[in-house]
Amino acid sequence: MKDILNISLVGVGGQGTLLASEIICYAVLLAGKDVKKSEVHGMAQRGGSVISQVRIGAKVYSPLIATGETDILVGFEKLESLRYAHLLSSNGIALVNTQEIKPVTVSSGQSEWPSDLDDRLRGAIRHLELIPALDIAQQLGDIRVVNLVMLGSLSRHVEIGEQLWLQAIEQLVKPQFLDINIQAFESGRSFDPQNAR
Amino acid sequence: MNGKLAGSRRILSGNEAIALAAWASGVRVAAGYPGTPSTEILENIATFPEIYCEWSVNEKVALEVAIGASFAGARALATMKHVGLNVALDPLMTFAYIGANGGLVIVSADDPGMHSSQNEQDSRTLAKFARIPVLEPADSQECFEMVRVAYDISEEFELPVIIRTTTRISHSSGVVEIGNCERKTQQDRHYTKDIARTVMVPIFARGRRLVLEEKLQKLREFSQEFAEHRVEEPEFSEGSRPRVGVITAGVAYTYVKEFVTNARILKLGMSFPLPEKLIREFAASVDRLYVVEEGDAFVEEQILAMGLHVEQPKTSLRIGELTPDRLKRFAAEIEGRQPQTVPQPVKDLPARPPVLCPGCAHRSVFYALNRLKATVLGDIGCYSLGAFQPLYAMDSIVCMGASIGNAHGMEKAGYESKRIAAVIGDSTFFHSGITGLLNTVYNKGTSTVIVLDNRTTAMTGHQEHPGTGRTLKGEETVEARVEDVARGVGVNHVVPIDPYDLDNTYNVLRQELDRAEPSVVVSRRECALRCRKVAACKFVVRDDLCRACGACLRLGCPAIETGDVDPSDPRKRKVRINSVLCAGCGMCVQVCKFGAIQKVAEE
Repeated sequence: MKDILNISLVGVGGQGTLLASEIICYAVLLAGKDVKKSEVHGMAQRGGSVISQVRIGAKVYSPLIATGETDILVGFEKLESLRYAHLLSSNGIALVNTQEIKPVTVSSGQSEWPSDLDDRLRGAIRHLELIPALDIAQQLGDIRVVNLVMLGSLSRHVEIGEQLWLQAIEQLVKPQFLDINIQAFESGRSFDPQNAR
Repeated sequence: MNGKLAGSRRILSGNEAIALAAWASGVRVAAGYPGTPSTEILENIATFPEIYCEWSVNEKVALEVAIGASFAGARALATMKHVGLNVALDPLMTFAYIGANGGLVIVSADDPGMHSSQNEQDSRTLAKFARIPVLEPADSQECFEMVRVAYDISEEFELPVIIRTTTRISHSSGVVEIGNCERKTQQDRHYTKDIARTVMVPIFARGRRLVLEEKLQKLREFSQEFAEHRVEEPEFSEGSRPRVGVITAGVAYTYVKEFVTNARILKLGMSFPLPEKLIREFAASVDRLYVVEEGDAFVEEQILAMGLHVEQPKTSLRIGELTPDRLKRFAAEIEGRQPQTVPQPVKDLPARPPVLCPGCAHRSVFYALNRLKATVLGDIGCYSLGAFQPLYAMDSIVCMGASIGNAHGMEKAGYESKRIAAVIGDSTFFHSGITGLLNTVYNKGTSTVIVLDNRTTAMTGHQEHPGTGRTLKGEETVEARVEDVARGVGVNHVVPIDPYDLDNTYNVLRQELDRAEPSVVVSRRECALRCRKVAACKFVVRDDLCRACGACLRLGCPAIETGDVDPSDPRKRKVRINSVLCAGCGMCVQVCKFGAIQKVAEE
């Protein structure tokens, strides 16, 4: 069973986790392996908390990942990364976008934004890499490509050749947005969290 | 369809696989109504020019359209979510007597765990209720195979066939080997007038009832040899005889395969009618027999009715969605191991519920209803989000179209609130609100029906409906107007409003709620998700003018955030506007009495 790579992508509805997980599936398909992906549409997409799960291996049965068995957690937003931190296995890696999106429960004053979020993230996750994906996307000129920055960052941890990633992106991104999406992917892929600030 | 990559291996969701297989099966007519998790089937079918397909106004009509196509001899498909099958149940129950001419398959997508539904009923029970076969694919590959098998069964036995998926089948994707996928070119079956078969008056229906029983008996025999049932031996077996046997179907099979490694497995492809002989043999081959299925104890109860013993694990596999965690605990139990402790989520984090989108115009209706202290009977759609704080302006949600009848009933029961409103979306109104409205008028009700017309079926991902003037295929058609329908059923007071105008919205709603006659208010503005920015402008909060009164926060707009503590009162927080989320609708400007929210030149 351990020859399966479990990836969970978490974030806020509208951040583009669905496209990112779809691209992963295509890259895996091109690499000739088996893959399953699971996600939820409908209610969850209205700014709610979202999760998409991808499993890669020689033969994959379950479309869902057991709690505590995620190898790579891709967190598109900080609070959501902490919410789902328990999904990670003890050796798992979390790639976390430093972006913060306040839920309406906080903005309306019903609950408090955790002031010690960074510390709690570090406490909950042993292998944590912080990725300033929103900053990178802003520098590229379109905040919507945050998802491709995060995908690029993920790609460093998955044994799939760069050409296959690019081919998958080409298949799934609309031609008019292809250039900036590839730039975003490359920026995420080349970003080194060890040498950052 | 995401079949963009060449070659025979594709990444397909269950819904995409069903659509492709329907095309390959030679389906000529497909109809449905959007509903998570079934919606993408028809959206994908719409990409095939060979198939006539439509969003019908509701599931009942969709099935009736499919039945008509089957009468005519064509292969037909009807798609819906589980609760949609309730709406379509009336034609289904009698069509089972009549039987299919052209093959007819109904896909009913269940939503265990209620990710996006109001209940978690199990469609398989309705298949048995109608006495028709139900097939359960376990992944996208099986969706692709079983649709084609379903059409063959439908035509061989002249019965409609239900394919039951669940959320993790419909919305999971996987690699599908589609082989040499070509569209089946078969002649439509011939239509011959035969009223004893198709006119279900009592004299003929009595005869067809017996025919249905004969078909069911033949199907039971067929199920014994059905190729989609299979027995799989355990990976690890102690001794010559496996001690544990698991009977499973659907997505549950994939969890069993992954987590229960030492059991013999009987994987069912058809869960009604069951292969009794095969099940008895399987039961006799193991010491302990378990049934693992997602949803009700549908297969299990049938096996119990055979007089076989089924073990009842302590680990609950009922209620809610099956998950790997539950199956791991189950596996540990039956193998006599201590279950691993499951890591628990971090506590005390602020919840992130789904919310009405920034810029959603219809927010103002709930804002006004809250201020008017109205009793609001709600309906199915994104506007169900108006039920929560801070808008908190909805008292009930039952089913599609229920709001109008519910409002009428409360009024007739003498409920003291003078302000009773029904709130319903445009697509829901056309789906099943019209009959309720006619009923209110006919029976001298006085309730106010507010139609939130966002020009689309929003919650399921923007599908067309009769009010949009476009078909599923994107063709222009007659645009049904809510106002015309309302007047047509006899409503004299029909008032369209622009919900971005807060004062007018409040005034009109108050006037119509207080009116002792039925009235319809049409709140009309396009879904904010469709027009990425409502207006190309930005708003900022002037810190010097903001009094931290919190009035704007009562709109529940995700783009309005609490900011710094007000120096004059530490309990108060001033607000700021998140420019990334702000859609530029300007509703908040209208609620600020201090003029603190101001428009700035666009970037």
